Amino acid sequence: MSIVTISFFLGIVGLTLFVTYLAAKKTSSASDFYTAGGGLKGWQNGLAISGDYLSAAAFLGVSGAIALSGFDGFFFSVGYVVANLVVLYIIAEPLRNLGRYTLADMITARFNEKRVRAAAALSTITIVILYMIAQLVGAGALIQLLFGIDYWIAVLIVGIMMTIYVLFGGMGATSWVQIIKACLLLFGTGLMSFLVLRHFDYSIINMFDKVSQATEHGDNFLNSGVKYTNGFDSISMLIALVLGTGGLPHILMRFFTVKDARTARTSISWTTWITSIFFTLTIFLGFGAAAFVGVKDIMAANAAGNLAAPLLAEYLGGNVLLSFICAVAFATILAVVSGLVLTGASAISHDLYGEILKKGQLTEKQQMLAARVGSIVLAACSILLALGAQSLNVSFLVSFAFCIAASANLPVILYTIYWKRFTSTGAIAATITGLVSCLVLGALSPNVWNLEGTAIFVGEALFPLTNPAIITVPLGFLAGYIGSMLSKKEENDDVFDEITVKANTGMGVSDISH
Amino acid sequence: MANQMDISVEQQPKTTVGEPVLANEKEKERQVYREIAQMDSFKLLVKKKKKFLFSTTILFLIAYIMLPVLTSFTSVLEHRVIGKITWVWVYSLSLFVMTIVLCEVYKYRAGKFDKEVEKIMKEYGDSK
Repeated sequence: MSIVTISFFLGIVGLTLFVTYLAAKKTSSASDFYTAGGGLKGWQNGLAISGDYLSAAAFLGVSGAIALSGFDGFFFSVGYVVANLVVLYIIAEPLRNLGRYTLADMITARFNEKRVRAAAALSTITIVILYMIAQLVGAGALIQLLFGIDYWIAVLIVGIMMTIYVLFGGMGATSWVQIIKACLLLFGTGLMSFLVLRHFDYSIINMFDKVSQATEHGDNFLNSGVKYTNGFDSISMLIALVLGTGGLPHILMRFFTVKDARTARTSISWTTWITSIFFTLTIFLGFGAAAFVGVKDIMAANAAGNLAAPLLAEYLGGNVLLSFICAVAFATILAVVSGLVLTGASAISHDLYGEILKKGQLTEKQQMLAARVGSIVLAACSILLALGAQSLNVSFLVSFAFCIAASANLPVILYTIYWKRFTSTGAIAATITGLVSCLVLGALSPNVWNLEGTAIFVGEALFPLTNPAIITVPLGFLAGYIGSMLSKKEENDDVFDEITVKANTGMGVSDISH
Repeated sequence: MANQMDISVEQQPKTTVGEPVLANEKEKERQVYREIAQMDSFKLLVKKKKKFLFSTTILFLIAYIMLPVLTSFTSVLEHRVIGKITWVWVYSLSLFVMTIVLCEVYKYRAGKFDKEVEKIMKEYGDSK
């Protein structure tokens, strides 16, 4: 490690700790802890949501995937960008108007039953843990490669840092870490894209031309089919991406950090612009890496292509740019896992402990204590799981988390807001069916079973698709429908009136949040 | 930004806060929601909103899912546009443009809906 690398690295750590210190002084209630007191501005929350979208998987993963398989790598980018619209059109505003800290709060605004809350909390925790293992294992491997530190030390460093941010600074610190990281990442990718374009004489046509000659795939590199040969698999994955984003608990939670529906709207508008620009730039990163670094060297550094962007940075700007991009990648990982810890803690401490076990009778002080204990427990479990999962190929867990979010959470959110005949039995049926069908089909998929022994078990996969969303999303919706129709119509006309009025007018937001 | 409109909570009927008797307060609150929900102007607004939101959502989801459908089962997107740039890139990037345009359309429409909500709230307040 050079002195430049160390200073960038320490700079990021110092800056984020300073922000945590400032946020800690403002974190005195449960509302501060879970939602930064609902006091974020639209642009701040917009940048923070962008930070959640632009995870290490998106930055390193997508640019690497484009470098290795051309257009097929870019599929992810399209999914992430269009997902903004689903969130904006059907989720953001009603969610802000109905919820308080968690997804379960929003659903129990309509069905005030413990079992409904428990089901929602269960799916939140499952998604958070899957996502978290993927991020931590990825982070450990990455830091090991970037800085030459042992895997277990790398996981511990990330684990301790995320715990500090969340424990002391709550959502305030987590949001600001996201904001800082989003700005650094945008600057870094913008600069690299410019340099790549300069190497192609500022001509995009020239860039496509050169790239088509740079890899063994030739012209096929510029079309779909290098990576995805099964049409249903790519359709299924794109369904999971576009519908799953709107059901991911750590994204949903971000909407409670703003004061009203209009600010929620502004946030996602910022996110839309930022992610559209960022994911367009991933083309330059991917193509640049393919043309200048070369597939052979990228694969030699990491078979999945995760180091394509850092290697490209080294080619373009030497050790300084490499160190900067690595530091940004490190910040990216920290920011995303912190958001995950907070979301998981909200489900454990607020939903399961505070609302179900203690029936919502906790004082402000007890709530804060529960939130902090929950964060530590969740962080500790994730670190242990990540240490044990080192040798597993976990990259599929992320798309899997999207799949559960789309199948278990999205149907319940939509039915709760828009369907009058929906019942609590329907809510539980949808959540459990979505969750279980994803887990079962996922366990039978080629990610877990294959004959070559590159998956977890050796054997033939019973289910042919790597991502089951194309089956599980309709199943989730169907289960919610059938569950509702088979159960007795609830005498909840009043409650549905209340939900409709609140969702559409924002009435009562002041009573339920700050 | 749509910040000209103001339907902030302060302007809404204060029926829901600060009443001394709790059970009574809850019933009063219910009453307010029920009454607003039954107003014709409110019902019309909800209907208009749903129509706009769901028809647009279905359209952009179809445009989106056509991308993998076209790349997987046809070769129409493999033809070149300029140089070696194929239609698949043009289609994908137009989905980005579509996203930004529809985002702005939403903000514009939502601003209008905000104004209608404001009107409905005023109508409700006047009827009391």
